Amino acid sequence: MLYRRLKRVRVDITNRLVATRLLTAADGSIAGAMAFDCRTADFHVIRAKTVILATGAAGRLGLPASGYLFGTYENPTNAGDGYSMAYHAGAELSGIECFQINPLIKDYNGPACAYVTGPLGGYTANNKGERFIECDYWSGQMMMEFYRELEGGNGPVFLKLNHLAEETIGTIENILHTNERPSRGRFHEGRGTDYRQQMVEMHISEIGLCSGHSASGVWVNEHAETTVPGLYAAGDLACVPHNYMLGAFVYGKIAGESAAAYCANTELAELDEAQVERERARVWAPLSRPDGLPPAQVEYKLRRLVNDYLQPPKVTRKMEIGLARFADIRADLEHLFARDPHELMRALEVHAIHDCAEMAARASLFRTESRWGLYHHRVDHPETNDEDWFVHVQLKKVDGEMQCFKRPIEPYIIDLNEHEKTAYQKMRIVKAESAQIQAQIKE
Amino acid sequence: MPIAFTPTSLPVRINEELCIANKGCTVCVDVCPLDVLAIDFDKGKAYMKFDECWYCMPCEKDCPTGAVTVDIPYLLR
Repeated sequence: MLYRRLKRVRVDITNRLVATRLLTAADGSIAGAMAFDCRTADFHVIRAKTVILATGAAGRLGLPASGYLFGTYENPTNAGDGYSMAYHAGAELSGIECFQINPLIKDYNGPACAYVTGPLGGYTANNKGERFIECDYWSGQMMMEFYRELEGGNGPVFLKLNHLAEETIGTIENILHTNERPSRGRFHEGRGTDYRQQMVEMHISEIGLCSGHSASGVWVNEHAETTVPGLYAAGDLACVPHNYMLGAFVYGKIAGESAAAYCANTELAELDEAQVERERARVWAPLSRPDGLPPAQVEYKLRRLVNDYLQPPKVTRKMEIGLARFADIRADLEHLFARDPHELMRALEVHAIHDCAEMAARASLFRTESRWGLYHHRVDHPETNDEDWFVHVQLKKVDGEMQCFKRPIEPYIIDLNEHEKTAYQKMRIVKAESAQIQAQIKE
Repeated sequence: MPIAFTPTSLPVRINEELCIANKGCTVCVDVCPLDVLAIDFDKGKAYMKFDECWYCMPCEKDCPTGAVTVDIPYLLR
């Protein structure tokens, strides 16, 4: 539908350009973007009054338990390029420490979709087939309870459907095996898993940055404006927490309208040749090296280090060691070599993943408390401290260095009842209470 | 810096009897978000060139002759 619409209004589409850096004007506003073709390695300079970033999540940050680099929860095309581009253009990023961690089908690493099956009677269960969380909707606290169950004696965790009627299971199969990740039916078939007979083993995903499912993104206001004039953001990349696909469409529209209005009153900035030459040299460097480190190997090591040092529970000393290891990898980036334009794409993506890894560590170290359940569970700062930390943690490039700072939270537009503010903390099903309620019902 | 070439089992299979890349078809190559498929111009057939698959299946679904099969990658299977 989107494609037909683009065709109708004659929008030029290019699918094989890898954007690597934004162009900025002398006053810091946006002047365009730079990219290369992943089939020819041709370098492109795209001059523009505005740019809308819609590059999705940073999906190749952590390494999936399978060890397969591209077996990620997010579409692995989204390596975090947009986060890196926004950062280097001087934009503020927000909530980076609020990682994305999802409950997935083990090994397949796609969503188990307990929340999709919920209205039809499916649910997340422990190894006894019992519910342990009040709500299957993905959240940090839900993931915390999931993690506790996974690591405790009641683990692992499963998607339970085998108590449902045949026609209900048929409906669920029809939804889950044809939408979002349609190869999931093939995976279950290979393992001999039938929803009628077995529960589906679930596991915890690798970490990622994704505002669509958590809060980690490029800071935007209600007009989808980033803090860089002329730069807009929408979708998983933009800090519009839990906006999912509907939010992506809504913010995409807002970003388009805002950018169009900005264009109407702005002149095209002068082209800064020095920026172009610097970026062309950086992009083409891996092709010019006769040998060196293959991109896949550096990516594997970097993402394995992300798992070792950043995967929650977060530990201060581990994250500090992680930063030191990432600094070693930064030196390795200068030895990446690519034999063709495709490998060049992977090499440049490693640069973006490296930026995201460093951002994830620094933002996490800055917030010295725990918040959002597992997403920012700091073992050595276990309490939530609203007095000092009921704020956004922002991250920005200042004089070439990553800096974190606080941004106050704006007042609620709609007042919340007190009891609504604590629902998040009451995710775990309390056995004694439920027994008491049952008893009351009987009386 | 010496490097090795390590073989891996690939998830995307092409039935060369059905593939019509020799007639100019590039559908599977065009729809892959990761750009891992290519055409072998000597043979006139599509093939998986890079082991970087998200097992998302547009290549299989959009192939006009049903020549493409996507397996779950071995490490995940």
